[in-house]
Order: sequence, then C-alpha cells, then structure tokens
Amino acid sequence: MQSNAQLEYDYSIVKAFTFTTILFGIIGMLVGVILAFQLAFPELSNLAGEYGTFGRLRPLHTNGVAFGFTLSGIFATWYYVGQRVLKMSLNESKFLMTVAKLHFALYFITILLAVVTLILGITTSKEYAELEWPLDLLVVVWWVLWGVAMFGMIGMRRERTIYVSIWYFMSSFLAVAMLYLFNNMEVPTALVSGYGSVMHSVSMYAGTNDALVQWWYGHNAVAFVFTTPIIGMIYYFLPKESGQNVFSYKLSVLAFWGLMFVYLWAGGHHLIYSTVPDWMQTMGSVMSVVLILPSWGSAINMLLTMKGEWQQLQTSPLIKFMILASTFYMLSTIEGPIQAIKSVNAIAHFTDWIPGHVHDGVLGWVGFMTMAALFHMAPRIFKREIYSKSLMETQFWIQTVAIVLYFTSMWIAGITQGMMWRAYDEYGSLLYSFIDTVTVLQPYYTIRAVGGLLYLVGFFMFAYNIYKTATSGRVLDKEPVNASPMAS
Amino acid sequence: MFHWLEQKPFFFAVVLFLTIAFAGIIEVIPDFAKQSQPTVGTKPYTTLELAGRHVYIKDSCNACHSQLIRPFKSETDRYGMYSLSGEYAYDRPFLWGSKRTGPDLMRVGNYRTTDWHENHMMNPASVVPGTVMPAYPHMFTNIADIETAYAEAYTVKAVFGVPYDAEGMPKLGTLEEAQADAMAQAKLIAADMKNQSVKDAVANGQVPEIVALIAYLNSLK
Repeated sequence: MQSNAQLEYDYSIVKAFTFTTILFGIIGMLVGVILAFQLAFPELSNLAGEYGTFGRLRPLHTNGVAFGFTLSGIFATWYYVGQRVLKMSLNESKFLMTVAKLHFALYFITILLAVVTLILGITTSKEYAELEWPLDLLVVVWWVLWGVAMFGMIGMRRERTIYVSIWYFMSSFLAVAMLYLFNNMEVPTALVSGYGSVMHSVSMYAGTNDALVQWWYGHNAVAFVFTTPIIGMIYYFLPKESGQNVFSYKLSVLAFWGLMFVYLWAGGHHLIYSTVPDWMQTMGSVMSVVLILPSWGSAINMLLTMKGEWQQLQTSPLIKFMILASTFYMLSTIEGPIQAIKSVNAIAHFTDWIPGHVHDGVLGWVGFMTMAALFHMAPRIFKREIYSKSLMETQFWIQTVAIVLYFTSMWIAGITQGMMWRAYDEYGSLLYSFIDTVTVLQPYYTIRAVGGLLYLVGFFMFAYNIYKTATSGRVLDKEPVNASPMAS
Repeated sequence: MFHWLEQKPFFFAVVLFLTIAFAGIIEVIPDFAKQSQPTVGTKPYTTLELAGRHVYIKDSCNACHSQLIRPFKSETDRYGMYSLSGEYAYDRPFLWGSKRTGPDLMRVGNYRTTDWHENHMMNPASVVPGTVMPAYPHMFTNIADIETAYAEAYTVKAVFGVPYDAEGMPKLGTLEEAQADAMAQAKLIAADMKNQSVKDAVANGQVPEIVALIAYLNSLK
C-alpha cells in the first residue's frame, strides 16, 4: 500500500455502536443510581411494584453497564481501531460489511430482549450470566459474527504485524467465547419434559461445581470485558491523542502474555472459605497477587508513554481522562489482590467493599477510557470539532469527585460491616444483631448514591457533548492527526 | 522478541487460546466428579419447594442474601453449622450469592417460621425496624408456576439422575401426582398463615408465590 493513497474507512458501524454505548450507558447507570438510592432510602423500593424492587433491577444494572454500555464501547472502538491499525476498510468487502451490520442488529435486539426478560424476572440467577437460554443462543450468534468480522479484517490487512491493541481485542473474543459457552451450559426443561415455561432451563452443574464454573466465568468476564479490551483501547488512543510512542514494546509483550496466563487462575478468590477445595482457594489468592505485575506493567507502560509530555495533562481534558483511567486501573488492580489475601477476604467478602472495588474499576477505568475513546473518535467519524472543551473539563471534575465519593464510602461501609459481623462482647456473645450492621451503613449508602448520581450527571454532559459534536460542531476540512480539536 | 508471532495472527490466536484455557483445564476439570456427592441426608427439593426456589430466583433474593456459611465462629454462632459441599448436591444453580446486604439464609428454616416469613415478606419493616429490604406484596397474589417446577424436577431426574422416586427420597411421579403433592404441602403451609386471600387461593387449588417461597425457605436447614 502506498502511503499517499488514502484509505476511506467506513464508520457506519462505529457510529451505530457509539449510539448504543451512550443509550445503554444512560439506562444502565440510571438503574444503578436508583438501586443506590433504594439502599439509602428503602421506601423507594416499592414505587413500581414487583418491577421496581432491588432484586429485579440489580441484574438490569449489571447487564446494562457490562453488556450494554461496555460491550458497545468495545465494539465501536474495535471497528474503528481495527480498520485503522490493520490498514483496511470495511467497505472493501461486502461480506464483512454485512457481517458487521448483522452483528450490530442482533446485538441490539438481544440487549433489548435482555431488558424485558430481566424486568419480568426471567433469569438464571448466575451473576453476569442471568440471560436465559434463548438469549444465550442469540449472544453466541453475534459473538461468532464479531469473530468472523475480526478475523476477516485481520485476513484482509495490509499491515503485516498486528498491533498490541489487536492482541487484546482478540483475547477478549477468544476468552469470552470459551467462558460464556461453558458457564451457560443449561438444559431447557420444557424441551426435555414437555411441560412448563419454554424460557426455563436448569444448569448442567450442581452446587459447588456450579459455583466453581460460575466464578471461573464471573471473574474472567470482568477480565475480558472490563480489562483487556480497555487496555486495547488505551494502547491505541493514548499514543494517538498525545502523539507519543508507546514507552516500551518489551513491556507490552511481557504484560500481555503475563496477563493472559495469570488472569484465569485468579477466579478462585471469589470462593475463599467456601466449599471448593482449599488448594484452589489458595491458588486463587496467590495468583491474584501475582496479577499485580502484568496489570501494573500495562498501566506503567501507558503512564511512561507521556514521558516528557506531561504538560498535555494541563491542556487536554482528553489526556486527563485517559491518564486518570490508567491510574484508576492501578488502584483497582492493587485493591483486588489485597482483597484476595485470605485474612483480608475473611472481612471483605460479602460486604460493600466489593462493590466499592468493582466501581473504582468500572467508573474510573472502564467508564473514563470508553468515554475518552469516543471523544477521540468523534471528530474523526463525524468530521467535526468536539463541541465544548469546557463542558468536558467540568464533566471530568464532576465525575472524578463522584468516583472518590463512591469508593471511599464503600470502603468505610464494607470494613465497618465486616468488623461488626465478627465482633464479640466480653461474655463471648456476638455483639451486634444483623440489623445493627445494616442501619449503621445508612450515611455511607447516601454518600454512595450521591456519588453515583454525580457520575450520571457527568455522563449526561458527555452524551450532550457528543450529540452536539455530531450535529453542530464546526466542520473539519481534514482529519486531525493527533490532538483532537475542540471548541472552547 | 515475539515479532514473528505477531505477523502470524491465526497462529497467534491458537497460542493465545491455549494460554488462556490452561488454567481452566487444570482447575475446573479434575475436581468435577468428587464435589457433587450428596452429604448423608441431603434430599432433592419437592415440587413445591422447587417452585419456591424459582420465586427466590425470579426476584433475585440471591442479590442480597448468601447461602454459604463460612467456617468462622462468628458465622456459625450467627447462622449455624458451616456449609459442606455435599449439602449443595441438588442445587442447580447454586445460590451462594456474593453480597450480604441481608443475612445468610443457608439454614433459615431452623430459626424462622411460616408466620414470621408471612409478616416479613408483606412488610419487612414491621418485623425488622430499620431494614432496607423491599416489601413483596405481589408474592401474595402472583400464582407460582408448579408446572415449570415439575418440568425441572423431571429434567434433572431424567438427565442427571437426581434420585426422585427412590426409596426415602421425595416422590415425583406424573405431573398430576406432583401437582396433588404440591397442593397437599401448600395446604399445610397455608394453615399456618393468616392472609385470607392466600388461604382462599389455596382452598381453590392455586398456590400463591408466597406459599411456595415459604416452603422453600422452611426447607433450608
């Protein structure tokens, strides 16, 4: 390929997934905020009858943000980054274009069906795998379509060496395919017996085995949805936006293969002091600590990419989003291993410290990086200047405060409750009844809810900014190379 | 270092997959056979209890309640004997949960009664002041799906060899027999309840969700 022959990339699929990232982001986060307020003010739990209770809404929140917001962001950035680093365009192949369109359509339908079925209480109860078998089959179809698109695009590439971002996207595709298939092995009861609801199925695994498979899946769904593709994003967008080279190729290779090897072992840390065999719990514990190395490897590689160009942090809110994302990734990946240490886990498990940990990861790392990626892509896919830099700055600070409120309140809540559960009085009786350990959390639940609300407010600012960019940003005559142009 | 590999993406994908799959093969597979042996005395759920378990799952009770007692004194003092693997042999899916917004329920049948659950599910704050649990009045009017519970019991018996109809184990039989047994069990529970519409429904041959749920909760020991 000659360098002066400009490839015309096709962004129609990117735009479609950008739209769903924002749509499902709003839905998923809104439900999350409602849940947070319900815990602080329980009278809010019964406003919508059976459809508004915490139990019905919780899977809607987790699925909405993980498989609605985050996956949309991953697909949007895949179709953007993939075309660009592989040096091919989707419009060169009718077949791949059709596959990509079908991928989007089926994905969109699945998420809408997921919203409906979860509200109705049609769920398998396995966390992040709540969808019942007909929806699971749909998921498999569009996941395979994504794989076809991915390897098809790779097959058509003009750049011989595949860039590190592609490795990470590829790992997501492969790992989630394996994990999702095995964890969702279920037998539809109506097909076997001829009776009852068609939607109902029963898990192939029982009891402890089911738990083992579930957390092998559950932990690594986090790894391969919330971690690896997001690392793929930052490896592309940070160097691109800042105009810097990635700090170290060797470090990226080491961190990648290290992460791939170690991550799957760590699932056992969800089952410490449970009835799974001891060696597995210990293995989960140890490997979680080892996991710090490859996680921090990537994060440090990203931070050092900014070497000599730190002043960009002052001038560009987009760089700010990405650097803070990377920093939250470091926080989250040191916090996780700490919680996986057996003696810490004894206190932390089952408490609010766990959702606290999850949220400094997803709000700070996944959310910030996904929004930064969309901000970077917007001037390129819409060929317009970003609508407002000051709005972006405001959003950044509101959401940063939001995250800090969220995780600090949950840290305190979790450790407080964990300590109260195990407190004894001088006569050797339990010091607190369970409800004492609930009512004490009310102020922290309130702070968390306010934090969540602020984050949602920031997300609306983001949505508005992208919408205005797409519709009324100043039209650009040529594509920006590095720093994204933004109106003040 | 690995440049050659990064130029062969399909081979790269194979190596990558093996690296990812390795841990699962070592961890998950060897332990499968021996973990699912029932502890002496563990029995499969009756049709009514299974229908109650479906209500538990439908409203995601497991989002806030665990069913896993860890081997600490503070937990055995609060909830009873720590959990054994074999006690879960008939739990499909497992319902350990990952968050205790409310207390553990693994052995709730040992220390709560039908009457307590009835009051609590209708209005939790009337029994436990300060609770954050929602009220579940809809369970008193929604009708439990006994047929799907039967379908599940039938399926696990046929596919996984769960010992329904074996000696000393719950009887399953045909759908009609199972429905009759579920009604009989439901009547016993309704007799301990005071909600008139629930009693009327059971008298008319219907099982409100709350009755099935209480049957399930009472079976957790």
